[in-house]
Amino acid sequence: MTLVLEQVLNGLQFGVFLFLVSAGLTLIFGVMGVINLAHGSLVMVGAFATAAATQALGSFLLGLLAGLAAAGLTGAVMELLVIRRLYRRDHLRQVVATFGIVLFANEMVVMIWGRTPLFFNAPDWLGGSVELAGGIVYPVYRLFIIAVGIAVAALLYLLVTHTRVGMLIRAGSTHRETVASLGVDIAALSTLLFAFGAVLAGLAGAMAGPLVSVETGMGERLLILSFVVIVIGGLGSLPGALTAALLVGLFDTLGRAFLPDLLKLVMDPAEADTTGGAISSMSVYLLMAAVLVVRPSGLFPTAAGRH
Amino acid sequence: MTAQDRPARRLLPLAAPAAGLLLLLALPALLGAIDQGFLVGTATRILIYGIAATSLNFLLGYGGMVSLGHAAYLGIGAYVTGILSVNLFEDATLLGLGGSNLALVAWPASMLVAGIFALAIGALSLRTKGIYFIMITLAFAQMVYYLAVSLERYGGDDGFMMIDGRSRLPGLDLAGHVPFYFAVLALFLLAAWGFHRATGSRFGIVLQGCRENEPRMRALGCPTYRYKLAAFVIAGAVTGLAGALLANLAEYVSPDYMHWTQSGDLLVMVILGGVGTALGPLLGVAAFFLIEAFLPGLLHLAGLPDLAEHWRVLFGPFLVLVVLFSRGGILGGLRRLPDLLPSGRRDARG
Repeated sequence: MTLVLEQVLNGLQFGVFLFLVSAGLTLIFGVMGVINLAHGSLVMVGAFATAAATQALGSFLLGLLAGLAAAGLTGAVMELLVIRRLYRRDHLRQVVATFGIVLFANEMVVMIWGRTPLFFNAPDWLGGSVELAGGIVYPVYRLFIIAVGIAVAALLYLLVTHTRVGMLIRAGSTHRETVASLGVDIAALSTLLFAFGAVLAGLAGAMAGPLVSVETGMGERLLILSFVVIVIGGLGSLPGALTAALLVGLFDTLGRAFLPDLLKLVMDPAEADTTGGAISSMSVYLLMAAVLVVRPSGLFPTAAGRH
Repeated sequence: MTAQDRPARRLLPLAAPAAGLLLLLALPALLGAIDQGFLVGTATRILIYGIAATSLNFLLGYGGMVSLGHAAYLGIGAYVTGILSVNLFEDATLLGLGGSNLALVAWPASMLVAGIFALAIGALSLRTKGIYFIMITLAFAQMVYYLAVSLERYGGDDGFMMIDGRSRLPGLDLAGHVPFYFAVLALFLLAAWGFHRATGSRFGIVLQGCRENEPRMRALGCPTYRYKLAAFVIAGAVTGLAGALLANLAEYVSPDYMHWTQSGDLLVMVILGGVGTALGPLLGVAAFFLIEAFLPGLLHLAGLPDLAEHWRVLFGPFLVLVVLFSRGGILGGLRRLPDLLPSGRRDARG
């Protein structure tokens, strides 16, 4: 039982990462109708900048700030130089141009930091483990990630539903031209939103740093899973992204942890291990397929999704 | 004045493909004459990717379907032909099926299995459109990638060698580089001709109608979903054939063939050459591989050895520029050549 709870926490923590990456992506899509393959590169920039700054400055918090700033700045520059020119282009051109940015970003990171993965540890005050109710001993750092994720989700909710900028974002996602003709600077709003999405992606990368190896292409696995999240949740929907991210996180983690053991009840152990491994690595995609059969526009369909 | 008044404009569309065909037929002899025979392998690779890019172009350029998971079918084709060959060699079975090293068995099997996967993936992803479609095709391709990685008996992450060598074809020894080149060339021409014919047929016209205005096609009583699904399956199956050939070329099969960046590369090749043109994709593939092969060397010569290793740092921004500023890729540029001839009077382009 404690093992199940522990895996549930792991799943939540993975879901939080996916939410941070998909939240920016889905907002950007909702307002600007642009597909951005380079969103994963922003995760990578956040992770590398945090790792490098943490090593140089000796402080995780300062490193984190540097990482967020680097990701946000990269996002703003990306929007101003390239993405801005793609809003009126077709999806094919958006895909190929942002694919070009991915190639550039990956190679740039190799040129600066080399091909060896960077490692850095969580700070001491987040190190160690605590005993939770039910006797589970769980790493503090992973709890910290879950807490940050919940805080970001709450902050986003307040921002989108209770502030003027949030109102513009909601209005922009359904009636872009109307909002523009009312005198709102849509271009500036787009840059701001893009940089904000980049900061969220950078936050995911920065926090993932102590858990995984920081290497080129690390953001792309998260990017593809974020696409799955957005398809399941519904394009342009924040509640959808949150629900689907947690669902995908749990599905993936629990599948990997328990499917081989479950299969051992019905088949021989060696075969169960390989079959279980194969199915669990595909499980989230099968989940996506199931959702597509039942609800082709996701669990939380939005007006923006009809683009 | 109309375009028909311009001799160069009238002749170029006919003369250029004819010259290209002659070049392709003579290429092994030419390369042999200048002692660069090893480049026949590179030329074969270009033709194989040309088959894949041509079928992707059929989806993209005529059907308006931006598939970001096309490398999956390339990989599936390679795995089917590879697994059949290894099964025969090791007397093993997979899902109850044995092995074969006959091209006439393995290659159609590759097409069949790739087509079945395309049917399943297309049936789901074509329920959506636009950005959804792009994300879903990418996600399913990633699923197929993980499926291949999980085949531990067939090398897992590392892939596997086709220890038995290339497929056997009666009357032609595919083990030789030149005969294999001509086999691939024949299949490329067949595929290019087939897709070109399909474009002008009723089927192709319906597809182009779907690209332009799908609701209107549906209002006309046309079952657009079935037409698009048929195109998706055909493109998948033909790419499966390209995969079978790719496995034969390298005598090696690897999950890398269907890494998501390969799907991106295929889109890049199509857009480099010119979307929605019959021969653009092959030009795009050739340009892509030539850049990959020669750009590092050129950078070395230019005294930039640091950049030579990291040529992608230039290639990425180059792609962005191509997307933002080029009209119709290489083929579009070639078609505008008559306008730039010194004697040519400039006319207003449509």
